[in-house]
Amino acid sequence: MDLSYGPQYDNYRQELRDFLESHRDKAPKNAPLKSDAAKSWQKLLIENGYTARTIPKEYGGFGGEPDLLKGRIIGEEFARAQVPGGMGGQGISMLVPTLLELGTEAQKRQFIPSTLAGDIVWCQGYSEPNAGSDLASLRTSAVLDGDEWVINGSKIWTSTAHLADWIFCLVRSEPDAPKHQGISFLLFSMDTPGIEIRPLVDMTLAPNFNEVFFTDVRVPKDQIVGKRGEGWYVANAILGHERDSLGDPNATLARMTRLIELMKEETIGNERIIDNPVFRDRLMKLQARVMSMRFNDLRVLSSRLNEADASLARMISKLQGTELRHELEGLAIDAMGETGLMYGASEFLRDGGSWQNQYMYFLGLIIGGGTSQIQKNIISERGLGMPKEPKFDSAKATEN
Amino acid sequence: MDFGLSELQLSIQENLNRFLDEQAPLDRVREFATTDHALAQDIWKGLVELGVVGTLIPEDYGGSGLSAMDAAVIGECLGSHVTPVPYLSTCVVAPRAITMGGSDTQKQAYLAAIAEGNTVFGIALSEACAARSNAGSTCNDGKLTGSANFVSDPDANFWLVADRQSKLHVVASDAPGIEKKIMPHVDRTRPLCALTFTNTPCETLERSGADVLAHVLDVAWTVLAFDTLGAAQSMLDQAVEYAKQREQFNRVIASFQAVKHMCAEMAAELEPARALLWYAGFALDDAPGDAHLHACHAKAHLAEVGTFVARTATVVHGGMGFTDLLGLHYWFKRIGFNRQFLGGPEWLREQAAIAQNLAA
Repeated sequence: MDLSYGPQYDNYRQELRDFLESHRDKAPKNAPLKSDAAKSWQKLLIENGYTARTIPKEYGGFGGEPDLLKGRIIGEEFARAQVPGGMGGQGISMLVPTLLELGTEAQKRQFIPSTLAGDIVWCQGYSEPNAGSDLASLRTSAVLDGDEWVINGSKIWTSTAHLADWIFCLVRSEPDAPKHQGISFLLFSMDTPGIEIRPLVDMTLAPNFNEVFFTDVRVPKDQIVGKRGEGWYVANAILGHERDSLGDPNATLARMTRLIELMKEETIGNERIIDNPVFRDRLMKLQARVMSMRFNDLRVLSSRLNEADASLARMISKLQGTELRHELEGLAIDAMGETGLMYGASEFLRDGGSWQNQYMYFLGLIIGGGTSQIQKNIISERGLGMPKEPKFDSAKATEN
Repeated sequence: MDFGLSELQLSIQENLNRFLDEQAPLDRVREFATTDHALAQDIWKGLVELGVVGTLIPEDYGGSGLSAMDAAVIGECLGSHVTPVPYLSTCVVAPRAITMGGSDTQKQAYLAAIAEGNTVFGIALSEACAARSNAGSTCNDGKLTGSANFVSDPDANFWLVADRQSKLHVVASDAPGIEKKIMPHVDRTRPLCALTFTNTPCETLERSGADVLAHVLDVAWTVLAFDTLGAAQSMLDQAVEYAKQREQFNRVIASFQAVKHMCAEMAAELEPARALLWYAGFALDDAPGDAHLHACHAKAHLAEVGTFVARTATVVHGGMGFTDLLGLHYWFKRIGFNRQFLGGPEWLREQAAIAQNLAA
């Protein structure tokens, strides 16, 4: 057991702290996508290796060697300084790694530098109204007509579709193949004729999602990543990245720290909430779970550095991380009682309404990115070696 | 950066698990549980030979001088095999207390005897944490008067007793003025008794006091939590194995989502709990500032996770889980014992709050 990162990393951390101290005034606050403020901050971070750190220089990254601990320190220090880190979004977090692994040289040059710089914003076209947990049953069709794919169908839960310039999209290109082998991974501009976007307001009342409809959308034949029919495997090459990032234990720990403060501030009758033994017990119960998830995360990190097996520890992190965070936000609402109901600007609101917002948002994350029930299937099948549920044959399933 | 068990710890576990698989299977546990509770000499002798008994005893006194974390991972193996031995009392609490609180003469007198395997210590610490029935004792002029409940190991040679002033005393079981009553309880792998002392001669650990007592309890709570971790992991493993064999509706029941999800939930609780315990065990000797808070949380959290797993794994076994024939209840009761012994989860969470100045 050695929890230190070592002296070379202590230096790295100190340099980063100095950087954050001297540049924090340049960090944008809630800057819109593609604004000059957001793009110049991104540029500064790339130049210093604090985002896009391992992406080769020729594609607009910093060109650093892969180093899990440096990546970790960057996350920790930006969070600690409460300074926004490098740009996220599905283009940078999902498409860029996919292209690096499976894209052609031309695709890498065309898309990676402009995506990293914040000039191109992407959305992800995976889920469909009838293809949620069973994503591989998706039906949006792509038919080759000369040198172009002709796309018809619709996508749902498409975050940032209304802001996106391009979409990376799963389509059924081989209707006669088995369902996992009939999918292709296409890239196309959201300005292409035949695309209609309708906002989908979620329970937090934010228009985070959209429905996207495709009617005879024509896409050049070569805007495909991987080969025809291999789209399922292209998409899966990076789906793991998304799961790992949901329910981050360090963010949960920061919320726990704030919750303790909140329970000292709020009162019921003349008593501070923290002095109420029932609430205090609930808080301590959650604290043990928050600690557990933080150590679980350290174990996963350590296993990647030392090649130890922690596959089960990794598999449970999305399930437990999102459920725990939802529960933690819910405890804050209970601690505030009627005050906890406040939502929308007023003098009665606490912490900007974040407790209600995150309580609902994390219910969304319990469902999104592979529901808790799908996670339990994965844990029991891949982690515990239990057999899959017997399947209907695919023809029968499609009829339903 | 290395967050995990050491090579040494993994090899200790491997050797111990092999020994327990062979020499202390459920049939042997059953035999112990249904007879007179005398020390399981065959298992104990094996543990002496493996060096388990001397884990925490300094090398100068014939032990191997290992860390509290090393002792904790041994506890995990014993929990997984529901092994009926006085490990917590004789190999963990007594050696740690005597090493920290005893004079040189006291160390000479007791530590070597424990390491040799000829001496069994019981512990009477329940009065120092969440005392029940107003039990407790006081010491005057080397004589102990009062009572202690839930004392481990009725057949011990000595008991380590915490008095009302947080001093620790060694009491020989054949000393005058002791009345002993067996306290029959659910977990037959670790017998308990009640003691009444009337001017009973005792040997006070010279340097004992609130700090030694607090540390010893942190170690005890953490080792009990590891015992639960081992027992719960074994129950999950048994449940998965059973579900893969048992057929209903022309399918193994492991192919039903209802059953799979119960098993997934157990694994999802146990994996993070394991990581918490690794840190709690590490902190005992290597991050003393964190040790108390994490020990409280470790025992309280494993009480909850253990109870959940014990219940769920039993249910996966259906009617067989409820029978004595299968014997799964030995693990169920072991976990139940660890939950209450030396403080239940509600009490421990309050200690965790106090440790952070969130409660008085």
